[in-house]
Amino acid sequence: MITLKNIKKSYDVGKQKLEVLKDIDLQIAEGELVSIMGSSGSGKSTLLNIIGILDVYDFGEFYLNDTLIRNLSEKKAAFYRNRYLGFVFQSFNLLSFKNALENVALPLYYQKVSRRKRNKKAMEYLEMVGIKDWAHHMPSELSGGQKQRVAIARALIADAKVILADEPTGALDSHTSYEVMELFKRVNKAGKTILIVTHENDIAHRTDRIIRLQDGIIVNEEISVAS
Amino acid sequence: MFDLDKWQEIYYTVRQNKLRTFLTAFSVSWGIFMLVLLLGAGRGLENGVEKEFEEDAKNSIYVSTGKTSIPFAGLKMGRAVQLKNSDYTDLNTEIEGVEYITSRYYCSGEYTVRYGENYSSFSVVGVHPDHEYLENQYAFKGRYINQYDLLERRKVVIIGTEVSEILFKNEYPIGAWIEIGNIPYKVIGVYEDAGEGNEDRRIFIPISTAQLAYNGADRIHNMWFTVGDATVKESKEIVDQVRDQISAKYHFAKEDSRALFIWNNVENYQRFKDLFTGIRLFLWIVGIGTIIAGIVGVSNIMLIVVKERTREIGVRKALGATPGSIIGLFLQEAIVITGLAGYIGLISGIGLIELINYAINQFQVETPFFRNPEIHFQTAVGATVLLIFAGMLAGYLPAKKAAKIQPIEALRDE
Repeated sequence: MITLKNIKKSYDVGKQKLEVLKDIDLQIAEGELVSIMGSSGSGKSTLLNIIGILDVYDFGEFYLNDTLIRNLSEKKAAFYRNRYLGFVFQSFNLLSFKNALENVALPLYYQKVSRRKRNKKAMEYLEMVGIKDWAHHMPSELSGGQKQRVAIARALIADAKVILADEPTGALDSHTSYEVMELFKRVNKAGKTILIVTHENDIAHRTDRIIRLQDGIIVNEEISVAS
Repeated sequence: MFDLDKWQEIYYTVRQNKLRTFLTAFSVSWGIFMLVLLLGAGRGLENGVEKEFEEDAKNSIYVSTGKTSIPFAGLKMGRAVQLKNSDYTDLNTEIEGVEYITSRYYCSGEYTVRYGENYSSFSVVGVHPDHEYLENQYAFKGRYINQYDLLERRKVVIIGTEVSEILFKNEYPIGAWIEIGNIPYKVIGVYEDAGEGNEDRRIFIPISTAQLAYNGADRIHNMWFTVGDATVKESKEIVDQVRDQISAKYHFAKEDSRALFIWNNVENYQRFKDLFTGIRLFLWIVGIGTIIAGIVGVSNIMLIVVKERTREIGVRKALGATPGSIIGLFLQEAIVITGLAGYIGLISGIGLIELINYAINQFQVETPFFRNPEIHFQTAVGATVLLIFAGMLAGYLPAKKAAKIQPIEALRDE
């Protein structure tokens, strides 16, 4: 599903170049539940952004579902994101002036699905993540865990093949974190590839494979025992 | 363009920042409001001046004489120049381009005019039949003076509507006999004048009758003629010819304007027309300048809005928003604000003008050189189109900026 070969990425900081990713080789098969671990500055967020076609890389090849992702126009990039990828962020990133239902339906809006159809589907997904009763509440009225559920429903609704989560439990308490991870596992069992970036060991050990990143290179890959 | 989501978002953004949106919109409204007022007032001025021109034929030239002021060919200055019937004939037959022409003989002093018990004094003037066109009058009862009245020196009169009201009250005046001084005249018509003031308080008789009854011999006091469709240039040529003709006949310097006074209404009217074209242009420039100021305000605010919503734009792009849809979002917002604000300004401006118009008419306020301030439909439509276009302009740059935001930059705002 995801193949990275010799990926290099640098940032310009003033007059110097900061190498964030030095030489990344990575393969993630369809249906895997993988976590990427690393401390601050290891490059894990950058890696996730590149896979999420939110950022570009300087050197190498990145294949998403056998399609080479390189030098895409804005429009093409938006298209791929919409069809193949679902995002879950640490700070939820829901639109504050739309209620839960409308937030979930947003990706379908960009697929030009009619209002009635997309709201209906959104309701189904809200039910799947367990917060059907809160469909018409605004994000400000939801707890952290509920907001993350909405975000997950939003990430799933466009039938994306890959879910990318950047510290999804970072803003949640341990109980809610557990629930969210259960949700991820359930989604994974249904066949979705999930990639979670985290710095928490507990979270990482609830995934199938752990990839450790340090100073821009992969230092370790571990098959997780606990599940 | 019409999907509910965009409208919902615009509504929400406006609600979130009521004061800010209001102040921005206000500057646009104000701009349009001022433009409309200026144009309406300008039109009022134009209408007022136009009305002053309605009294008499716009395409007319007036000729009268006085005393010479320049010595000429050995002759001293101070000689009186007296126009005669022959001058009328010469003008009529020899000058090309003369359409309607009349000469006038003023019966000096005001005569007491009497009908039965009613009497008053009015001015009496001898004229030719064409006078009707020169003075912009028309006989709305009976008929005007005609050629036969002239030839036979009939004692007939056409009286103004005010004269008719004073002498005849509600009686039908046509066919009745009135006395001017002590001479009886038959009323053959009642005229109405397009102008205002004392235009309807006069009495006209055939000039031949006037010259006969009041010892005029063949003297006339002035001449007046129209030049049809002549351009300003052509009218000037005609004036030149008239000067040649009369100055040669009466032996005075051609350029002596005291001896011969010619008033070219064609030229005069054109001058006013040009003036108002200039004024209108100026008003539009000022108005557009004010609107531009408002537009810059909207643009400024939109830039801030884009900055504020950077995170949101990033999320949308992550979810699949194309640059086009982002541009559309902000462009639509700019157009809605500008359009609505401008429309309110337009309606207010028109409303105020209508109110002023109503007040002037209701209270019969005399406003010289100002009449019917109004705004034409096409102008209003033009202004609206201008508004929409302005909205697009205001929103374009900010929208483009929004579309350029990289999702990763946007989401980095942790």
